[in-house]
Amino acid sequence: MLETALYFIQQLLNGLTIGSTYALIAIGYTMVYGIIGMINFAHGEIYMIGTYISFIAISGLIPLLGIEYLPLILIITLAVSMFISSTYGWAIERIAYRPVRGGNRLIALISAIGMSIFLQNYVRIAQGSRDIAMPSLIQGGWSFGPPEGFQASLSYMQLFIFIATFITMGGLTLFIARSRMGRACRAVSEDMKMAGLLGINTNRIISLTFVIGAALAAVAGLLLGLYYGVTNPYIGFIAGLKAFTAAVLGGIGSIPGAMLGGLLLGVTESMTSAYFSSEYKDVVSFGLLILILLFRPTGLLGKPEVEKI
Amino acid sequence: MLKLQNVHTHYGKIEALKGVSLEVKEGEIVSLIGANGAGKSTLLMTVCGDPRASSGKILFEGNDITQANTPDIMRSGLAIVPEGRRVFAGLTVLENLHMGGFFTNKQEFESTLEHVFKLFPRLRERQSQRSGTMSGGEQQMLAIGRALMTKPRMIFLDEPSLGLAPIIINQIFEIIEQLRDEGMTVFLVEQNANQALRLADRGYVLENGEVVLQDTGDNLLVNEDVRKAYLGG
Ligand SMILES: Nc1ncnc2c1ncn2[C@@H]1O[C@H](COP(=O)(O)OP(=O)(O)OP(=O)(O)O)[C@@H](O)[C@H]1O
Ligand SMILES: [Mg+2]
Repeated sequence: MLETALYFIQQLLNGLTIGSTYALIAIGYTMVYGIIGMINFAHGEIYMIGTYISFIAISGLIPLLGIEYLPLILIITLAVSMFISSTYGWAIERIAYRPVRGGNRLIALISAIGMSIFLQNYVRIAQGSRDIAMPSLIQGGWSFGPPEGFQASLSYMQLFIFIATFITMGGLTLFIARSRMGRACRAVSEDMKMAGLLGINTNRIISLTFVIGAALAAVAGLLLGLYYGVTNPYIGFIAGLKAFTAAVLGGIGSIPGAMLGGLLLGVTESMTSAYFSSEYKDVVSFGLLILILLFRPTGLLGKPEVEKI
Repeated sequence: MLKLQNVHTHYGKIEALKGVSLEVKEGEIVSLIGANGAGKSTLLMTVCGDPRASSGKILFEGNDITQANTPDIMRSGLAIVPEGRRVFAGLTVLENLHMGGFFTNKQEFESTLEHVFKLFPRLRERQSQRSGTMSGGEQQMLAIGRALMTKPRMIFLDEPSLGLAPIIINQIFEIIEQLRDEGMTVFLVEQNANQALRLADRGYVLENGEVVLQDTGDNLLVNEDVRKAYLGG
């Protein structure tokens, strides 16, 4: 009995760990969709780039600076990675999306897919296509349960993921709800034309959403990079699909929806792996995506679709 | 203050404005009337740069704004209360007003806000209400208040009376008059020709993208053609 409960709790913790990183990536999809009504298919690649920047910072920059204090290493890595990834996010919008905005949606979609393929190959050429290992900076954890039987564990790494995600999302929520720019983001995603008629430079607000989305993907990049301890140029694709599923599940365009969707998806996956088979995990995720698209296209927290131009 | 010279505007192949020339002088209320689809909204929006004029010239306070982009034009002292109000439904009343006052500093913001609340006490009471849940009349007040928050010298109003009860319409026309008395220049588009012309110093009649008549408000009110077409005989 206790054993079953502990096993369940373990799966829940694992699911929430992965789920919170899905949520971080999903926010980028949902914010961009909310504002310009397009799916930024290159967003998964930003996350992938984030893992590489984190890796390069940890294994190259930090030793160069001679820093050994762990919190400082994490903060510097995060700052560098968020900054560089944001620059990529900003540039993607400028180069691939803005020139085709207002035209046929299919053109924007093709441009996004093209950008995604380009980034993948760009990293492959620059960094090689083989897996690279991330140093495991955060080790150890707590175990609880009877010494003989099944022990549930919460690693410090998982705890770090929870805390980092919580702070990031809390910060974003406050920013969107309270700040002047956050208010402008909401106004522009509701009625871009009207915002322009109030003198607001809507292009800047669009850029800002790409920057924020990319910065959050970079946070996920560091977290998952450390958690899995490995990265390669192809991880962006599947992570992007998962996060996209999470965004749709929660209701695309809704930020709380993306958070909820990410967590739900993570837990669903870990439960599937634990109680059925890990081979079914992706089938269940994408099955879920199809079911939602069929029966509740607005997602759990989404509003009915408003046609965006 | 505002001058249009032979302005043409196209939506693709459709020519919505066919060489419009008109002028609004500082401190005036000028009304523009015309049937559905005459191009009234297009005219206002063309001055705002969305869509851009395909030819002709638009001068605002002497500056050529024909090719300027919308945000720049709207930051230069012009504000619009667009057709259909377009309040940000998911934002509260105060947040909507904040969007209007996006570029003013805190001090200016506070004093302008006080002014708007004086004009529309209802907005003060409803500050934290989500604007999408307000009545049509309240939303219209908010749309006007939001435009005023930008501290414009000239304001465009596109059919502010549409869909409102007579008592609210009167209230809004009184506010417009009050704004003029405070020195605001007003360009008013209306289907409610009677009230719009009575209020106006001068008026223009737009038909099929062309100005067909212009005169003082009083003269247009008694003009035979105007009476037949827009005042119900
Ligand atoms: N976005 C658009 N795309 C294509 N055609 C448009 C567009 N907006 C307006 N038009 C056309 O331009 C013409 C003028 O429209 P406009 O909205 O300016 O008229 P209006 O005088 O404001 O009418 P109403 O009194 O009904 O508001 C109409 O024939 C309309 O169909
Ligand atoms: Mg109109």
